[in-house]
Parts: sequence; structure tokens; C-alpha cells
Amino acid sequence: MLDFLQRLLGRESERPSKEQAKERLRLVLVHDRANLSDDLLPALKDELLAVLSKYMEIDENELRVQLAQEDSQVALVANIPIRRIRRAAGFSHQGAGR
Amino acid sequence: MAGHVVVITSGKGGVGKTTTTANLAMALAQMGRRVVAIDADIGLRNLDVVLGLENRIVYDLVNVAEGACKLRQALIKDKRCDTLHLLPAAQTRDKTAITPDQMKTITAELKEEFDYVLVDSPAGIEQGFKNAIAGADAALIVTTPEVSAVRDADRIIGFLESSELHDPRLIINRVRPEMVRRGDMLSIDDVLEILSIELIGVIPDDEGIIVSTNRGEPVVLDPHSTSGQAYREIARRLEGESVPIVPPTPVADGWLGRLRRLIGLQSR
Ligand SMILES: Nc1ncnc2c1ncn2[C@@H]1O[C@H](COP(=O)(O)OP(=O)(O)OP(=O)(O)O)[C@@H](O)[C@H]1O
Ligand SMILES: [Mg+2]
Repeated sequence: MLDFLQRLLGRESERPSKEQAKERLRLVLVHDRANLSDDLLPALKDELLAVLSKYMEIDENELRVQLAQEDSQVALVANIPIRRIRRAAGFSHQGAGR
Repeated sequence: MAGHVVVITSGKGGVGKTTTTANLAMALAQMGRRVVAIDADIGLRNLDVVLGLENRIVYDLVNVAEGACKLRQALIKDKRCDTLHLLPAAQTRDKTAITPDQMKTITAELKEEFDYVLVDSPAGIEQGFKNAIAGADAALIVTTPEVSAVRDADRIIGFLESSELHDPRLIINRVRPEMVRRGDMLSIDDVLEILSIELIGVIPDDEGIIVSTNRGEPVVLDPHSTSGQAYREIARRLEGESVPIVPPTPVADGWLGRLRRLIGLQSR
């Protein structure tokens, strides 16, 4: 009886559609925002390079930074070819103690 | 003191820019402000019919830009509220008939004489939109709580940022409280979380808007209309008053809704 009533009145066991709307919007806007501002990824690449260079020597020409779509998330994927790592001396953790 | 030029824009078409422009213009005028509404949707003139002023057009925006008439001559004065004026769009031309610089000149001249210059923007991000925002001091973005409209609104927000038009405010239009309640429509909070801009008002989906558009009488003229009330409140917020934003609530939801809750099929 209850079963019948539930069918009659439309059970709401499914995930509410607005959750899907939110999730899809979240993903699509990651791409839109990253792609629409022409200099977001290049700028990020430059800053990454600056930071990484303190620790290692990078092959700049082969450095790739891009967005990759996985099932339910977008990942920032970087391919960073290392020529060599600098010696341990000289990069004590700068943020510490401040 | 010079007035404000406020552009009403959206990205996606058909979400309610023209309806919003007409109602805010009327609401502000009824508060005693001197208002001119500009239809910047050249080739797809609409604001005139929504305001019910279509029979009185002599000159239009393009005529003014080309110097074929004086600005004053092209303004239509509303008979219901004599502080409201319309500067209509040209119907036989397209959006390239006017440039952003000409828009700037026209809006600059108008804001000397009016408290508010409201610009009804065409949809899209092309020249017509660029014309519409050219002389604007502030922007209102209209969206509905739907994926495509919200996405396009996000794009427009980015565009306005890079055009130095900062802090646009959002109007969420055509909200259906019953759908929000059962989780089938993005809520106000959902939309704000996604777009992260300031909200200036929420308009319910309302048949009365279609009726009022049929008649050419903006819904703010009806003191009992809930959507009219929502527009009047936005007008007061534009004036700087702090009026709390109350999201529309489901109207009495009938025996079916009550029955569903009674047998526990629905939370609240
Ligand atoms: N809150 C509302 N409730 C019901 N109907 C509405 C509401 N807002 C707008 N509409 C209807 O939606 C339609 C589109 O509205 P409107 O012309 O204002 O949109 P627009 O954004 O100016 O469109 P365009 O991009 O073509 O210029 C109209 O038929 C209007 O009556
Ligand atoms: Mg329109």
C-alpha cells in the first residue's frame, strides 16, 4: 500500500537534479575560466618555473602545464622535465619561523 | 549631481533583461527619480512594447548617434509617470550602426539630466553588448537558476572585470520556490556560491509578468504583484536603502504536497 502510494506520488529517492547542475557547473567553469583568460596558464607556468628553479634545473621548452578532465574533477597536470637537482645546501625552508 | 548609468546584461538571451529594465525604470520613476531607459538591442527593439510606448516612437538611438535629430527629440515621455523616458532602439538597422564611443557620448549627456540611465543590453558578448556597457558606471547581471544561464553569466562577469566595470550585482530571475524546495532547481545560495558576486534581488517566476507584458504595463504598476514588489525592492537597493532579500517561498502547496509530507515521502 505504501509502495503504491510512493509510486503514485513520485518518490524522491533519486539524487535531486540540482546537485547534478551544481557539479556540472563547477566543472565547466573551471575550464571556462582557465581558457577564457588567455594568460592564466602561461602566467602560472612562469611562476611555477621561478619557484621550481630554486630547487632544480628545468627543461623550460618541454615544460607543460594543462587542465585534464577526469570523471568528476578537473586536475592541473604538469609535466616538468628535470635536467638536474641542485645540491641540498642553500635552501633551508624560508617560510619557517616567520 | 550627475546620475548613474546602469547596464542590464546577461550573456544568455531571454532571461529577462528587458523585463527587468522596464520594471526598474518604472519603479525608480515612481519613486520620483528622473529616469531614462535606453534600448540598446538595435534591430530587435523590445523595450518599447514592454513599456507600452511603441506607438509613440519618432526617432531612435541610431538617429541620435548619426545626428539626424537632437537627443531630446528622440526621448519618449511616459504618460503614466512623467519622470520616465525611453530612448528606443532602431528597428531597421543592426548593432554596427552605433559605436561604443557614440554610446559613451549619449549616456554622458543623458546623465547630466537624469538620475538614472538604464541600458537594456542585447544578449551575447558581441558588438551590441560592447556598445551597451560602453558608458556604464555599474552593471546588473540577470540570470535564471539554470546551468546554461549561470554559465553565461560567469562569462559576462569575467568580461566586465576586464572591461573595468567592477562589482556587478546579480538578479536571479524566474525562481520557482516549489522546484527549489524539492531540489530540482538551483537555490539562491547555490547560484551565489558558484558565481560569488553580490546579489541585488530575486524575482519569482510569475505569470503576471506575461500578462503585464501583453498589456504593456510593467508589473511594478500592480501594487499586489509579488514580482512587482521584488522589482520595487531592487529599485530601493539601487537607491542605497538596505532592504533585506527574502527568497520567494512556495505558495500554499495544496493537498498533494501535504499528503506527501504526511506519509514521509518528502522532507519538510
Ligand atoms: N519572472 C518572470 N516570470 C515569468 N516570465 C518572465 C519572467 N521574466 C521574464 N519573463 C518572460 O520571459 C521572456 C523573456 O524576457 P525578456 O524579453 O525580458 O528577456 P531578455 O533577456 O530581454 O531577452 P533577449 O535576450 O531576447 O533580449 C518574456 O516573454 C518575458 O515575459
Ligand atoms: Mg531583451
